Amino acid sequence: MQMEETLNTAWEEPSNDISNDERPMSIRKISKASIVMNATLLFLAIVSIYAFFTFDYKNVNLIEAFSSTFYNLKIVFLEPHLKHFSVHETIWQLIVTLGLTVLTTLIGSVIALFFGLFAAQNLSTKLASNIIKAVVAFIRAVPTVLWVLIFAVAAGLGSVAAVIGITFHTIGYLIKAFSESFEELDKGVIEALKGSGANWWQIVFQAVIPSCASYLISWTFLRFEINFTYAILMGAAAGAGGIGFDLYMAGGHYFDLREVGFITYIILAVALVLEVISTRMKVKLSGFD
Amino acid sequence: MQADIFAKRRKDNLIFFSLLGLITIASIIVTEYDVVKGFTSVFKAAVWAVANFYPNAKAMAKLPDILPKLQETILMSISSTTFAAIFSIPFALFGSKVTKINNILGSVSRLIASIFRNVPIVAWAMVLLFSFGQSAMTGYLALFFTSFGFLVRAFIETMDETSTSSVEALRASGASYLQTIFQAVLPSAAPQMISWVLYTIETNIRSATLVGILTGTGIGFSFELYYKSMNYNAASLVVLVVVIVVFAVEFISNYVRRVII
Repeated sequence: MQMEETLNTAWEEPSNDISNDERPMSIRKISKASIVMNATLLFLAIVSIYAFFTFDYKNVNLIEAFSSTFYNLKIVFLEPHLKHFSVHETIWQLIVTLGLTVLTTLIGSVIALFFGLFAAQNLSTKLASNIIKAVVAFIRAVPTVLWVLIFAVAAGLGSVAAVIGITFHTIGYLIKAFSESFEELDKGVIEALKGSGANWWQIVFQAVIPSCASYLISWTFLRFEINFTYAILMGAAAGAGGIGFDLYMAGGHYFDLREVGFITYIILAVALVLEVISTRMKVKLSGFD
Repeated sequence: MQADIFAKRRKDNLIFFSLLGLITIASIIVTEYDVVKGFTSVFKAAVWAVANFYPNAKAMAKLPDILPKLQETILMSISSTTFAAIFSIPFALFGSKVTKINNILGSVSRLIASIFRNVPIVAWAMVLLFSFGQSAMTGYLALFFTSFGFLVRAFIETMDETSTSSVEALRASGASYLQTIFQAVLPSAAPQMISWVLYTIETNIRSATLVGILTGTGIGFSFELYYKSMNYNAASLVVLVVVIVVFAVEFISNYVRRVII
């Protein structure tokens, strides 16, 4: 009876309210969920609109700016050329950026693998796990560019600061990912090995790492993709060199949109290849940053 | 036979790790990364940070200057994400296997999203800077473009996962395309979609800092200002408020996620 009623209302009022999710089963749970969901949507809507009244527009004529942006984007994407950099110079800078990506991902994943073991609750003590997780949460909350700039005070602007800064964020990200993979491991396996007298390192190398290997590799590659983006950004914002710096020079110093276009296409090509690879090798991962 | 397998595995591992080693050495040479300096500067930075990088009383006096910038950054992140989410929904509907109208439209919308997501945010910021100057719209639109690309991908995955069976049921009972979308696809994907939106807001607050450094807006500009004038106490205060905001957003979105999913 109740089922019929719900179905009827669903048919009669095709509403576009996406939270209108009233199944007859377990009404209470769903109604709390739908209250929170509606509240979230309402909050986001109000804040999003209110935001426009608070922005500092600096007297920019918005209509003019939009149309000139459209025109500029057409130049960027349809008339790319190189002027201040040669082709092989640009390719070399791309290789530098890829080098930064490799270094940060590798150093980061090795360190994260080690600490990830101690952060996993089933392999470590509760205290150690909580301490590492708290430190990791802090590391991830600070934007990467700020890490790079903070390290730049001690190491000077350049590849050292960039590598350490990006690696730092990578470690934070991968410890969380790795330790969650470890925690999903079947408890019985660890107990069986413990029972047969294996020590901690034997458990880790014979059971934990082999059975999580595919997760570890896909997380690491996903981070490789993210680090490629960061390597570009740090080149532009924190003087780390590579193709990001060229991009920044082309746009911010030479004011050459066509050159920005050419460099963007090169970056886009690499990023698309990386994305295709990571989609192919994807095990089910819930992404976070 | 057994010994062969182990020998082969050992050989494979050896090849894999030596290849990795070679790539690492090549990367060190290409990037001119000084390994020793890398390790020593971590400690140097830690020592320096303990001595200089903490907010003191003089820095706290800057708080009234920092908070409006922080507010701008938060509002910008939330607003750009929300509008990106709205624009993402039709593209995701066309791109999803469950709700696609035809393959061409699906591929086109996925390609558009992919371009928006993979063009680095620096390039967007550079182009926008030409027309919008140092106004808040530069950062807003740069965040909007990348969030749009990201959310289309996330929404497509969500719709593919959550709504296959309910769509089949409704199709079988003769529901129209729009009825299927509003009665089955969106309701069942909504919790997961909101979760992605919250996640994007969190990411955008961090990205906004970077965009701010590039374009001279928001909290990123505050940091750059204090950093360049070597007022490290005030700069550390900026880092601290960013961390607090990120934690707060994370806390709220974890709560919402727990309740709605």
